[in-house]
Amino acid sequence: MDLNLDAPHSMGTTIVGVTYNGGVVLGADSRTSTGMYVANRASDKITQLTDNVYVCRSGSAADSQVVSDYVRYFLHQHTIQLGQPATVKVSANLIRMLAYNNKNMLQTGLIVGGWDKYEGGKIYGIPLGGTVVEQPFAIGGSGSSYLYGFFDQAWKENMTKEEAEQLVVKAVSLAIARDGASGGVVRTVIINSEGVTRNFYPGDKLQLWHEELEPQNSLLDILNAAGPEPMAM
Amino acid sequence: VKPNSNRIDPPGSFKISDNFRSYSGLRRKKNPILRSLGEKESKQQSKKMSSIGTGYDLSVTTFSPDGRVFQIEYAAKAVDNSGTVVGIKCKDGIVMGVEKLIASKMMLPGSNRRIHSVHRHAGMAVAGLAADGRQIVARAKSEARSYESVYGDAVPVKELSERVASYVHLCTLYWWLRPFGCGVILGGYDKDGPQLYMIEPSGISYRYFGAAIGKGKQAAKTEIEKLKLSEMTCKEGVIEVAKIIYKLHDEAKDKAFELEMSWICEESKREHQKVPDDLLEEAKTAAKTALEEMDAD
Repeated sequence: MDLNLDAPHSMGTTIVGVTYNGGVVLGADSRTSTGMYVANRASDKITQLTDNVYVCRSGSAADSQVVSDYVRYFLHQHTIQLGQPATVKVSANLIRMLAYNNKNMLQTGLIVGGWDKYEGGKIYGIPLGGTVVEQPFAIGGSGSSYLYGFFDQAWKENMTKEEAEQLVVKAVSLAIARDGASGGVVRTVIINSEGVTRNFYPGDKLQLWHEELEPQNSLLDILNAAGPEPMAM
Repeated sequence: VKPNSNRIDPPGSFKISDNFRSYSGLRRKKNPILRSLGEKESKQQSKKMSSIGTGYDLSVTTFSPDGRVFQIEYAAKAVDNSGTVVGIKCKDGIVMGVEKLIASKMMLPGSNRRIHSVHRHAGMAVAGLAADGRQIVARAKSEARSYESVYGDAVPVKELSERVASYVHLCTLYWWLRPFGCGVILGGYDKDGPQLYMIEPSGISYRYFGAAIGKGKQAAKTEIEKLKLSEMTCKEGVIEVAKIIYKLHDEAKDKAFELEMSWICEESKREHQKVPDDLLEEAKTAAKTALEEMDAD
């Protein structure tokens, strides 16, 4: 198996966005791969667009970064012109405008989530072709294939903040277990009227799923263990 | 030909004839109406201040010594010559009404509309030069369309009024453009509720509870101030606006007029619409009765 280090950075990814009673929770894994090599095992795929709107990025790392940068710039100007924070709907439509008009060149699927005072918490999915669709929850990335059935069963309306975050962490963790292109840690961002909270769940602290084994003689444990006592004189 | 580019003349000695010869000898065509206005202005002003309109009012790119741009003030006078336009913000929406002075008995009633829909949720009533008004409405429609196509949401009324105002202001910045000779009352209903803006030929745009432009604007403003707008619904507002317009119509100076009204409220599903015919008739009858009562006093 050849390590093709010239392959473009792609975020195999699992990204998830979920609305709850009062806001949204966005979640993502943290693996960025260059072919078979994991270029970054702790990347942050949830990027800020404005104080109240964040976007989960999947697909080509470069494409998604550039699109986010443009939209952050447009939204900044828009906020100044309007004199008040931009709405999630406007943010999603700006991303859609770029994704649709450049569909031949871009390869990135995005999930926009945020909170504004008019509509509350909203999630918009913007998959490859540049459609924009408002959804109560959205999933994306290569790992999302394994989550369709899971959400069909586990999703319910009007969850609390804690329930929603638990759902997101569980979902990303399940996808990481099955998708080779997803891995690392689980990052979540909770956005509501009070503000934004970022959380971090290390990979080895996640629940073990079917046929997953406890780590045995793990190098992480050995290296982190305390060293031998210095000799007492 | 005397070159005058380096000369700095003190105000009192500014001579038009000298400068005009240096503009490649073009014969100055002075608009007789404007000249008479200028002289009227200058006669009034000469009593108050040393500077006069004469000489400083030829171009919109010239300031007078006391810091005024006379061309813009003259443009506002064009608005004052037109039929009154009234707009009020009631607690559940906006009502706008226009006193359409009928120039000829042969015009079809309902033609020559003065109130235009700019978008589903916003409308504009125009006073002043009609052709200029058409241009402003077209621009407002185009701005509203382009905002929606980029941002995917209906344009907020505040944003629309700022864009229209900056377009009107644009035409006061260049010597080869003249200012718009019309004022506009923009009413809209967006996520932040009903809002009323007025845009003047100078490009100023403010938000109002009640606004009036045109011939009877002073009288209209007095009448509007008497109303309790925060407690009024649009249905009541329609009647009140009709009463105001009928009241300030001067039978002696202007002959016939047609009342044109529009509203945006919950009843019209937050869309800019002509006031329904039955309500309009009711408003007209109420206004005529109120007039008769006043005359009877």
